[in-house]
Amino acid sequence: MEETFVQFADAGFTYDGERFVFRHLDLTVPQGQFLCLLGGNGSGKSTLAKHINALLVPDEGSVRTFGADTRDADQTFFIRSNAGLVFQNPDDQLVASLIENDVAFGPENLGVPNPELRERVTSALAEVGLQGFEAHETNALSGGQKQRVAIAGVLAMDPAILILDEATAMLDPRGRAGLLRVVRELHGAGMTIVMITHYMEEAAQAERVVVLDGGQVRMDGAPGEVLTRADELRALSLEVPFACRLSLELQKRGVPVPTCITDDALKEELCALASKR
Amino acid sequence: MRLSFEAVSYSYEGAAAEKKRARSKREARRADWGNAPDALWALRDVTFAVEPGEFLGIAGHTGSGKSTLIQHMNGLVHPTEGRVLADGRDLVEKGVAHEVRQQVGLVFQYPENQLFANTVYDDVAFGPRNMKLAEEEVDRRVREGLALVGLSFDELRDRSPFDLSGGQQRRVAFAGVLAMEPEVLVLDEPVAGLDPLSREEFLGLIRDLHGGGRTVVMVSHSMEDLAALSDRILVLSEGRVFALGTPAEVFADAAALKAVGLGAPAPEAFAGELRAAGFALPRALYDERTLAADIAAQLGCVRAEEPSHG
Repeated sequence: MEETFVQFADAGFTYDGERFVFRHLDLTVPQGQFLCLLGGNGSGKSTLAKHINALLVPDEGSVRTFGADTRDADQTFFIRSNAGLVFQNPDDQLVASLIENDVAFGPENLGVPNPELRERVTSALAEVGLQGFEAHETNALSGGQKQRVAIAGVLAMDPAILILDEATAMLDPRGRAGLLRVVRELHGAGMTIVMITHYMEEAAQAERVVVLDGGQVRMDGAPGEVLTRADELRALSLEVPFACRLSLELQKRGVPVPTCITDDALKEELCALASKR
Repeated sequence: MRLSFEAVSYSYEGAAAEKKRARSKREARRADWGNAPDALWALRDVTFAVEPGEFLGIAGHTGSGKSTLIQHMNGLVHPTEGRVLADGRDLVEKGVAHEVRQQVGLVFQYPENQLFANTVYDDVAFGPRNMKLAEEEVDRRVREGLALVGLSFDELRDRSPFDLSGGQQRRVAFAGVLAMEPEVLVLDEPVAGLDPLSREEFLGLIRDLHGGGRTVVMVSHSMEDLAALSDRILVLSEGRVFALGTPAEVFADAAALKAVGLGAPAPEAFAGELRAAGFALPRALYDERTLAADIAAQLGCVRAEEPSHG
């Protein structure tokens, strides 16, 4: 049976004891899911993400990760070594000057002995497409490569869930595409993913999209269901993916296409229409 | 103000020796690529000009030299070879960079990280005070700066900038640069990290600032934003000028852009895919509306013209 990996139950959190970032929040993430969290600036996405690996703990209700209560200090080590978090700025996350040392930092702290440590580093780098880069210097990498090293550092800890907090925000289009490909491959291999992003095209690749606003879940469903609701998303400071915007423009002009969320799907629809003429 | 780059090359290694060389004549000298490993040069033989009043977009993959390039625009960094002229005056000459720095406002990535004062007022006033302006003039400029970015002077003047939301903090940081009343505004990824609605609002603000007569230089990873706002786009690759022209000219060669790690804006890229699938889409540069209209026409749909808004 599918296990519940993350469970927010009536959870509430406040930084200052007055204003709640979220309150009465219920959300569960099953094992193996690729979930994308969307929301405007200040909607509570990052705060929520930090609850998953017990960097923050709720003031009300409970958050359970792999069934363990995040407020139980005895479980913190177990939770953190199994829930890996990757942040926005690649320069804030690398700790060593050589790639292999950086990737080994996490598992070494977990007490992983050699030669397993070395194997983990090698395979983690292969998973992010940086095999053979062990002896390179981290400061000579591009932003996209640095983020992949950061992910490799998390993967080397052999986590059960990977949380990406706007990990693509500072990357150029090529860096973003590369990182997303890595994430999709990891998910294909069974990794549970929670990804926070402002890019709707990335959200379209997920299995499930949850939209937060004011610390509340406002929308929750498959990308095709959520990302096509243009007016609602706009009201929550978000937009719809390009393919969806173009679908809507086409519909206004009498072109009988469904509202698509990916370029490929829309192109297929248009080619089918063209071949009928 | 016209900012012209003449055969500018910049090497991180050369920066140390730069001070000594800065006093010598440099017009005739050019970088000698044979003597230095290429990787050490952040900019290589860059020649172009920012024309007065234009909106110049700058694109390029990570590490292509964009940030180094814009740091040359107000003399924060001087060329290792070649020169940068502001209305004909070399920025390397004594006093020129200091003067130009008040006319060329540079807004870095994530400028809110540079807020430091106890109140919004003091933060915005920092630049004008540094310019040794009278306190009444400083006050006028703080009010105007905040008004330009759509923030309320009365509500925010005494607030700590650190209590504001991320979007408001960025506006405060912008206001601080605008309060110096620069002729040229240079923006490095001004909307990175903002949600889609704030992004749109901010781009609207930048469009207005340009409409108000300022010259704007904007670095961005978003080809859509560059296509929508720029008069011309400069594409950098490996520190060299890869392309310079109108958005339609620059985005005409999608394959070449892809080779340097960039793509066309989403509508233009999609038009390219449809062309490859046999659609006839004649325009040089598409946006969502024009693309929808031409596809509809091509498919023989009834309402092929632009529908009215309502």
